[in-house]
Amino acid sequence: MDIYTNEGKKEIIKKFTPKTKVLKNTLLAFIFGGLISLGAELLREAYIYFGMSEKDALTLVGVTLILLASLLTALGLFDRIARYAGAGTLVPITGFSNSVTSQALDAKSEGLILGVGAKIFTVAGPVILYGIASGVLYGIIYFIYLYIIR
Amino acid sequence: MSEYTHLLLAFVAGGFLSVIAQLLIDLTNLTPARILVAYVCSGVLIYGVGAYDPLFEIFGAGVSTPLIGFGASIGRGVREAVEKEGLLGAFSGGLSATATGITVALVSGLVFSLFTKGKAKRL
Amino acid sequence: MKRIKKLDTPPRFISWCAVGGYEEKNGPLGEAFDLCDESDTFGQKTWEMSEGEMGRCALNLALSKCSLSHETLELLVAGDLQNQCVASSVGLDSFGAPFLGIYGACSTCTEALLILSSMIESGAVTTGACVTTSHNSAAERQFRTPLEYGGQRSPSAQWTSTAAGSFVLTSDEELIKNAKLSNVAISDFMIGRIVDGATADGSNMGAAMSFAAAESIIEYFKESELKPRDFDYIVTGDLGKVGTSILRAILEERLPSAAGKHLDCGNLLYDAKRQDVHAGASGCGTSASVLASYFLPRLEEGEIRDILFLSTGALMSPSSVLQGNTIKGIAPVIHIHSSAD
Repeated sequence: MDIYTNEGKKEIIKKFTPKTKVLKNTLLAFIFGGLISLGAELLREAYIYFGMSEKDALTLVGVTLILLASLLTALGLFDRIARYAGAGTLVPITGFSNSVTSQALDAKSEGLILGVGAKIFTVAGPVILYGIASGVLYGIIYFIYLYIIR
Repeated sequence: MSEYTHLLLAFVAGGFLSVIAQLLIDLTNLTPARILVAYVCSGVLIYGVGAYDPLFEIFGAGVSTPLIGFGASIGRGVREAVEKEGLLGAFSGGLSATATGITVALVSGLVFSLFTKGKAKRL
Repeated sequence: MKRIKKLDTPPRFISWCAVGGYEEKNGPLGEAFDLCDESDTFGQKTWEMSEGEMGRCALNLALSKCSLSHETLELLVAGDLQNQCVASSVGLDSFGAPFLGIYGACSTCTEALLILSSMIESGAVTTGACVTTSHNSAAERQFRTPLEYGGQRSPSAQWTSTAAGSFVLTSDEELIKNAKLSNVAISDFMIGRIVDGATADGSNMGAAMSFAAAESIIEYFKESELKPRDFDYIVTGDLGKVGTSILRAILEERLPSAAGKHLDCGNLLYDAKRQDVHAGASGCGTSASVLASYFLPRLEEGEIRDILFLSTGALMSPSSVLQGNTIKGIAPVIHIHSSAD
């Protein structure tokens, strides 16, 4: 074994580092991600059934999931579920909500302004920023297409 | 189509999108934060090329619940605003379409942080 | 260059103490810990202060075990994992002792013992103490994600222990004569070199540190007249499962007689069957508390005679890792000898 060069060490590390259990993880992610989407679909149809417009129902489904994930985070349960669910709870809007609430709870000890106020955006910030930025890019392209090309 | 097919389709689509992210986490060096960003941006892209609405017709909440749906809302907001207000809409549509979700997430995080704090992790 | 420093007046351990939290109490060494707080808070409002208080408790208990007043301490060498080493300074200010705050990541325990030993050897002080702490919640907040963040840990990830170890050492003959415990001493040491870990993966620190541990062990036995067979154990700090398998494979190839003697504190602190620790324990409290709860009592009894003790440190910061720099490892060595009858 070559322990004196970077390449040698990298090879050794690769050989001895255990692989993640990809099959188990993906299966669990599929089930949890699927169940959350299924629940969301049921909710959406229930909201429509009770007389909401399609658009409002969809928004309210998002709000419900966000609040639920936030509550589970505050109760200390979300991370215990996510330990098994992996991307199954990360990818639905629940993951976004968890990242916001968990940062807020944690940063409390540094105060409400520079603690909670600043750190609440640690993960939410990039998501909002790049979502909005790609929206702007799309808007400009669409504008050119709509008003100039056509 | 049986009356439960749309539920199955939502389940499969939501599960499938989670599996892609799980594979990216397990097999590449992508961190969860990068994956969330990638999903939102691809949501805007998928909406932009006109593929989102047909997918939503089939899979319902299966595509709107994953963060791709969040990206698609930004896309739809921008599109509608550009049609109404012209170029300015490109800058206002995204945030206004997602304002409810972002506001609820932030305010609920703030409110819970007033009442409780992070607990020690357990094995 | 000679790296091993032999001590003419080997400083003696006259007291030690291990303090831990919930998981440590539930681990195989839980009964041997002097104090465990199952809430992990130690009565404090923030995790950072909890770590400081844990260190204070550890030193306080060690001093009361050997009935020593804090005024006797001529030097306090302490370190932890927090930014600017703040847990040690907030926790230990009440002792009013001359203080050296050090940072060696998880190698801090050996680093502190080695600094105190050489200060005693030089005659600058006769009695001093070392304290090292790490706190899981404080470390998660600082190095990883918020406590309630829903993420998955990779199989090679290690668990920062909530633990503290404290040690009182002296060369004062009067104190040694009157002490209940005085059989164990540090007979020589070797300062570690910075060794590149060849990975930037913060979830695989055991692997990154294993090369430093291998370097230290191999170099030690090249220079020392002692052989691995003269030692009961060669103990590393927190290589965990992955680092341990790398180190043992390297030793099998280059120093086979040492491979069979190896034990790792990161594998001893928790029960991998009952506790979902993934690759084992880490954090500078790990080697300190395992030394105090497991090895020193057995050395004092004469059950074992000699151990080579190397806490292993992964030198990095959250920024250095984000910038893609590889993790550097370090493994200072002390030789602990027992003169029990």
